[in-house]
Amino acid sequence: MTASEGAESLVRRGTVITAAALLGVAGVYVLAWGYTPIEARQGVAQKIFYLHVPSAWSALLAFSLVGIVSALYLWLNDPRLDRFAAASAEVGLAFSAVMLTTGPIWAKPIWGTWWTWDARLTLTLFLFFLFIGYLALRAALQDPGERARFSAVIGILGLLLVPFIHLSVYLFRTLHPQPVVLKPSRPSLPPEMLRTLLISGAVFLLLYIGLVTIRYGLALAEEAGEHGDAA
Amino acid sequence: MPEWLRLALVIAGKDVRAELRSRTAILSAVVFAALVLVVFNFARDPTALAAVDLAPSVLWVTFALAAMLALNRAFTIEQENAALDGLLLAPVPREALFAGKLLANLAFVGTVEAVTLPLFVLFFNVDLGAALPGIIGVTALATIGFVTVGTIFSAMAVRTRFAELMLPVLLLPFMVPPLIGAVQVTARLLAGRPLSEMMGWLRLLALYDLVFVILCSLVFTAVVDE
Amino acid sequence: MPSSDGRRLLEATGLRRAYGRRQVLRDIDLTVAAGEAVAVAGPNGAGKTTLLRVLAGLARPDRGEVRLEGQPLRRDAPEIRRAVGLVSHQTLLYDDLTLHENLTFAARLYGLPTPAAAARSALDEAGLGARADESPRRLSRGLAQRAAIARALLHRPRVLLLDEPFTALDAAASERLRDELRARREQGLGIVLVTHQLGEAWAVATRIAVIVEGRWACDETLAGSLEGFLPRYQELIGA
Repeated sequence: MTASEGAESLVRRGTVITAAALLGVAGVYVLAWGYTPIEARQGVAQKIFYLHVPSAWSALLAFSLVGIVSALYLWLNDPRLDRFAAASAEVGLAFSAVMLTTGPIWAKPIWGTWWTWDARLTLTLFLFFLFIGYLALRAALQDPGERARFSAVIGILGLLLVPFIHLSVYLFRTLHPQPVVLKPSRPSLPPEMLRTLLISGAVFLLLYIGLVTIRYGLALAEEAGEHGDAA
Repeated sequence: MPEWLRLALVIAGKDVRAELRSRTAILSAVVFAALVLVVFNFARDPTALAAVDLAPSVLWVTFALAAMLALNRAFTIEQENAALDGLLLAPVPREALFAGKLLANLAFVGTVEAVTLPLFVLFFNVDLGAALPGIIGVTALATIGFVTVGTIFSAMAVRTRFAELMLPVLLLPFMVPPLIGAVQVTARLLAGRPLSEMMGWLRLLALYDLVFVILCSLVFTAVVDE
Repeated sequence: MPSSDGRRLLEATGLRRAYGRRQVLRDIDLTVAAGEAVAVAGPNGAGKTTLLRVLAGLARPDRGEVRLEGQPLRRDAPEIRRAVGLVSHQTLLYDDLTLHENLTFAARLYGLPTPAAAARSALDEAGLGARADESPRRLSRGLAQRAAIARALLHRPRVLLLDEPFTALDAAASERLRDELRARREQGLGIVLVTHQLGEAWAVATRIAVIVEGRWACDETLAGSLEGFLPRYQELIGA
């Protein structure tokens, strides 16, 4: 199978997975509307949490994979790892963007404010900027080897930044008590909510896999097209 | 003295000597810092907030922005005449090369901070008094953090076309933990709070420094070696 | 691969190197013994500069290995780099430092015992003593080249690599360079000289190696005249 045939097959498979995942998202929507109870204090607007939280998880997963795969790239020097990291970064950027737009939409009716510096939103905002930095650097470098090495360095450093962001936000909040915010990720969720959340998590994971597969396939196709199929 | 340290000092010494000759980075950073302080002064309403409430934020934003101007210098001089190749050809371990560049950058940024702090005291009428040693300490701690990451990022940014734009885009997320820590500690120092209230932040700063100095030295070879 | 009797200063085996998808070096072997000067010629884009960078340790080959005086050139063993010196298109000098400061710095990098004195005598030997306190940016191309060579030889490498050193040199400077390289070669220095002008090669080299599309098209002892070799060269590079 030539490189471009391989690329096409990946894009096809990725599209199938993504389509299934999107159906899953629609399913989650239905579950959120019909199956889950309405939260007492936040009302119907709370239901966006079933999309909001898994997007954040997926963004974090995407970012962690960029970091881990980057470390592997520096060790093993396999260009496939670099291609995967780039695909994961783009998909992660999309997920963080979704999360950062649904967050305020949720926050406004519930807390009366478009933005809060709560742990999840803050972390996702940082991930968003880290993804942008990563992709901007890639766009600014032409030599593929240099691009791969430099991206890997940012990937690794970025992954190690995350715990420090977390720590800083935590320290900041314990010293500056915020108004009591309902934290829906408490374990004492009614079973329907928990189940829907977990299903949504699985659906978003599937969506991540599908989108990364497509993006990886597209990158492979691009490279095959530029240089011909011969190595 | 261990060989890597000797080499790092030789490299840092060369950078300092070259900078003293041309003075480009330091002068522009110092002038920039002074201007930023002036802008901050006019950008606030003096009746609304006491200077001492804003002081830590103003000081640290100024330090951070001025540092970014100074940071690009360390690797732009290596670009002229491909001088970096000269460093890479020599029997210099890449960790020593990183350490040398880091020391030089710390010297530059430290100088900018040393000039900016008195200006700050002057413009904002802040009484440092007993807080001065503490402020010097926390400044050193936080500066090491963001200059370490800034050094490795400037080595990468200098290879792109828009180095002056790329460096802030890459570096700012990494500056946030040291900045938060520095502002919190500075505020408490100025308010005369006891040391126990700052320990959490100081530990954060120290841990950040440790993790990133080690990590950046280790991955530096991926940036300079083909 | 023919080589004169003498210690093998540089041994490269099976070098492969790609940039992106472009394969630049394909299974290159090269041996240089003491007192040998190999001229590497070939068309533009054939891989000459990449080869030099790999031999100098500035670029890592994807496969294959370079040995200097029998020791493999590896990232975690920087000491081995002492054996090699490089004169590239750029001078590797800092414009904000004087020539003397530049060479003293280089001497310190290599851990030489009396760096300032070594720098001073290297500059004197190169005929640059009078200009030691000037910046490199004030020098003409020929003088800057001399300074670059002085810097490259400061730590007494066993092998000197040069990338098209005769470019933009006037006749007097070229002759001076030729004489110097010949003299050093006779003292036992190994030389690899990249050039796309065969005339220069003939004046200095003991061997000629032609690289085409990343592979050797020939590697043999210099014999006969330049005019005699030219038709064959044209054929090899597919002109």
